[in-house]
Amino acid sequence: MSGTLLDDLYKEIILDHFRQPRNKGELVDSTCSANGANPLCGDEIQLQVTLADNVIQQIAFTGAGCSISQAASSMMTEFVQGRSISDALVGVLSFQEMMTSGVPSEADGFDDIDALIGVAKFPARVKCASLSWKTLEQALDGNRTATTE
Amino acid sequence: MNYSLDIEKIRRDFPILRREISDGKPLVYLDNAATSQTPVQVIADITRFYRDHNANIHRGVHTLSIEATELHENARKKIAHFFNAPTSDECIFTSGTTESINLVAHAWGRQHLKKGDRIVITEIEHHSNIVPWQILRDEVGIELKYIPMLSNGALDMDYASDLITTNTKLVAITAMSNALGNITEVSAVVDLAKKAGALILLDGAQSAPHLKTDIQQLDIDFFACSAHKMLGPTGIGLLWAKMEHLTTMKPFMSGGDMILTVSMENSTWADIPAKFEAGTPNIAGAIGFGAACDYLTNVGMENIRNHEMQITQYALDKLQRIERVRIFGPLDSEKRGGVISFDIEGVHPHDVGQVLDSEGVAIRTGHHCAQPIMSALNVPATARASFYLYNTEKEVEKLTEALNTVIEYFG
Repeated sequence: MSGTLLDDLYKEIILDHFRQPRNKGELVDSTCSANGANPLCGDEIQLQVTLADNVIQQIAFTGAGCSISQAASSMMTEFVQGRSISDALVGVLSFQEMMTSGVPSEADGFDDIDALIGVAKFPARVKCASLSWKTLEQALDGNRTATTE
Repeated sequence: MNYSLDIEKIRRDFPILRREISDGKPLVYLDNAATSQTPVQVIADITRFYRDHNANIHRGVHTLSIEATELHENARKKIAHFFNAPTSDECIFTSGTTESINLVAHAWGRQHLKKGDRIVITEIEHHSNIVPWQILRDEVGIELKYIPMLSNGALDMDYASDLITTNTKLVAITAMSNALGNITEVSAVVDLAKKAGALILLDGAQSAPHLKTDIQQLDIDFFACSAHKMLGPTGIGLLWAKMEHLTTMKPFMSGGDMILTVSMENSTWADIPAKFEAGTPNIAGAIGFGAACDYLTNVGMENIRNHEMQITQYALDKLQRIERVRIFGPLDSEKRGGVISFDIEGVHPHDVGQVLDSEGVAIRTGHHCAQPIMSALNVPATARASFYLYNTEKEVEKLTEALNTVIEYFG
């Protein structure tokens, strides 16, 4: 495979999350949920969250999309599981900041997620990577739909 | 290879084809259905206008204005001739196919349609030939019906004959699908429309660059296309309409250039086509459009079609040999233009496009502004390679090599 830029985008850890997504499936006892879509790309995500005592006890997603959107969704769910709502929302902001600045985040627990830094160099793909985070924000806000178009 | 075109000579007219993409890879431009590249002859005519003749048209007595007017109107004549329109007065400059169709929806549709009238379009239309009619439906209360597509992308003509009823006032169809490349059964649809007494609008955005278009022979009422898909500049297109319709239509946009007289109380309209061309037009664009028609005429539309059939068949054969590639639409190059929509099992089209770009190969991925087709195919998006007169079999091989890289990469 040629092209270091491409290898930056599709790091092995990203392809691993794409091939074996974590927390993919449905929850039977979710307390909040939201759907997100990028109609122009065809990326879509259904996100379910089980909250208790302001902590994300369980999270799961279903949906379809490109490797970046699927890997980013998998990583996001892994990050927020077991965290408080406010920590999760800090994660949303940290991810946004990383995409706009092009600098890896130093946020606690972002080790895998920092692999998505290569996406920042591809403006057309930023919305793929951001969709699950936006959808999480909507779910925690009690909204039902999100889009990064 | 048995080309009737001297491809190497043609390629020298397109400087952009010599540029390199990431890491010095030569550009392989296969996104011609989105927009085509521009030959030096067209660029030169546009440059010459700004350099030597730039002035506003239709109003000055000075030399530059007279020259600019002449160049602008001469372009209209070239375009009329290229499409064999009966007269250039019926050729209205618009910003492109989208504006052309909107013009018909506003200036003809609102004037002539009433509740209960029907417009028939197809499931394979570009959004620009769907949305204006949906808005008209909601405003006027007309019915909007879609001729469905068969699994190979062809129109369901049995269904079409049931849909095109006597209350059908307009049948608006594409001559070639931008998403799948199918050449539609225009003459059969025209026959059905004529029998029902309906008018016909042909969306030629995708067909005009690739197939010889003879407006008189087609026996239609409205024809729309865009210059940028046929070697011309962006921001300029054509609406051709029969004079008998244009005379009954009110202006679409209003202001300067489209009036005869203006008083504080009211105004009268300029003659056709000026009545439909409000404001200072895209003069350089029109000149570039005319130059593009000249270029295509010099190469020969039949030669271009033959070349595209050869290269498309070559690509279809090559792509079918890649195990995980699924091709949408007909597998016979006679039935399609130089457009191939496909996907790779297990790889999203975005990822396909991204890896191809890293190999210098430019294709389009997404829904191609034709979401109803994507729904009918039950896919969120496709990858689409589209060819033009300057593409070579070697470039098709670069495409297939790059697709193999995609499969390797995503396993």
